[in-house]
Amino acid sequence: MAHALHIRGLAKSYGSKPVLGPIDLDLEPGTITVVIGRSGCGKTTFLRCLGGLEVPTAGLIRIGDGTVRRAEIGYVFQEPRLMPWLTVSRNVSFGLSGRPARARGQAVAEALALVGLPQAGSLLPKQLSGGMAQRVALARALAPGPALILLDEPFSALDPFTREQMQDHLLHLHRHYGTTMVMITHDMDEALTLGHRIIVMAGPPGRIAGDVAPNLARPAERNASDFIECKRRLAGLISKRPEGGGRDHSPQLSGLT
Amino acid sequence: MSPSRWTRPALGLIVPLVLLLAWQIVAGAGLVPASMLPSPLLVVHTLVAMAQSGEMADAIMATGTRLALGFVLGAGAGTVLGALCGVSSIARALLDPLMQSLRSVPSLAWVPLFILWLGIFEASKITLIAVGVFFPVYLNLMSGIANVDRKLIEVGQVHGLSRLHRLLRIQIPAAMPAYVVGLRGGAGLGWMFVSAAELLGATNGLGFILDDGEQTGRPERVVAAILLFGLCGKVTDVVLAAIGARLIAWQDTAAA
Repeated sequence: MAHALHIRGLAKSYGSKPVLGPIDLDLEPGTITVVIGRSGCGKTTFLRCLGGLEVPTAGLIRIGDGTVRRAEIGYVFQEPRLMPWLTVSRNVSFGLSGRPARARGQAVAEALALVGLPQAGSLLPKQLSGGMAQRVALARALAPGPALILLDEPFSALDPFTREQMQDHLLHLHRHYGTTMVMITHDMDEALTLGHRIIVMAGPPGRIAGDVAPNLARPAERNASDFIECKRRLAGLISKRPEGGGRDHSPQLSGLT
Repeated sequence: MSPSRWTRPALGLIVPLVLLLAWQIVAGAGLVPASMLPSPLLVVHTLVAMAQSGEMADAIMATGTRLALGFVLGAGAGTVLGALCGVSSIARALLDPLMQSLRSVPSLAWVPLFILWLGIFEASKITLIAVGVFFPVYLNLMSGIANVDRKLIEVGQVHGLSRLHRLLRIQIPAAMPAYVVGLRGGAGLGWMFVSAAELLGATNGLGFILDDGEQTGRPERVVAAILLFGLCGKVTDVVLAAIGARLIAWQDTAAA
């Protein structure tokens, strides 16, 4: 089976200053991969390269079997970035143009119901709270049924309660759509709650400093001893300065449960 | 106590009413010669007479037609060039410096040239009005489109929108608030220029009544024409503001 995402030698420089890579990575279909690392380590540049918002200086990115078009990637930004002049429904259908009206209506209703906003379709973005707006942004990314969803710290601007709710929503959506997801965060609880696989990034230039499959119970129990142990080791990986950009596969982490 | 919904408009009427009363007393008592300052009652009388004779409707029609034609021409050109320069950085580099220099020419300075080129009749007047309307529309739409939040543009990028669709679905809607400001500003300048154009030589219209009142020593006609200009200008602005408010009801502003 083809990898959902196949990356070889991905690198990005601004002028003579390298900010990312080279990065090699393969992701399995239907998994959530969390990229974690300190601010400024190159995580966002990595994701923007995947989403086509930055042009890589070198390397290969293949999504699915290689025939995936840009429009088949969903992207959720740190801020909701809704079109303020469109209602919630029309924002969610933003990526659905070209489909028959009935299919569009169905996809919008389904996505809004899944993010818990079935009644909000006729509201304007200015009438939404921050958490609601970000749920609409999630629905917008999911409604077209993309092959891959990229999420750039989507919940970092939200308060801790809303953030946990949003993580539940995301897992619920993942169960429903089964979409491959790559998500950036700097929150270790979030990484361990959501990630089938956690890539620790260090930099700049951004390199993979650790690659972990926590294999924790789902939904995650944050007070459980294995969760706490995983978090402790993850913290160690993040704070470690990689020498020569080498990778730490930490097999002991993947075999915890 | 803060003014309520009803007392606030009423507050705005106090000063004009006091001034009107003072005006009536000063003019009625003959403290200022009637050839300089007509009494408000005389102005009202003149307005009624103008309305009854059909002169008022004719004048408003003539002025309104010039303004409408000039507005359509100026706003149309401003919309096309503003959109072009907003979208294309090449068009902006080519045209915007020229536009900015032309903008600093006081519009009335064009009058002699327009009269030489287009004659003293309607074409030169309408062109002058169009020039006045053009710049606010052009500038606001151009900067509105060019300065659309990059974050929204990126949403279009990740959805794979073409340049045309990005323009239609993101940049133009996002520029609407600036565009509405430009249209209202353009209409305001349009009124200014229609009065100037008619003062400089016309045989009908509100500006003609202004000029005629001066030439024939009838200040009540001058004041009546000024009042009509103000009233008509206010009406067009209210209409444009109402249309604009519908277009940009989505804005999250304190006024909403």
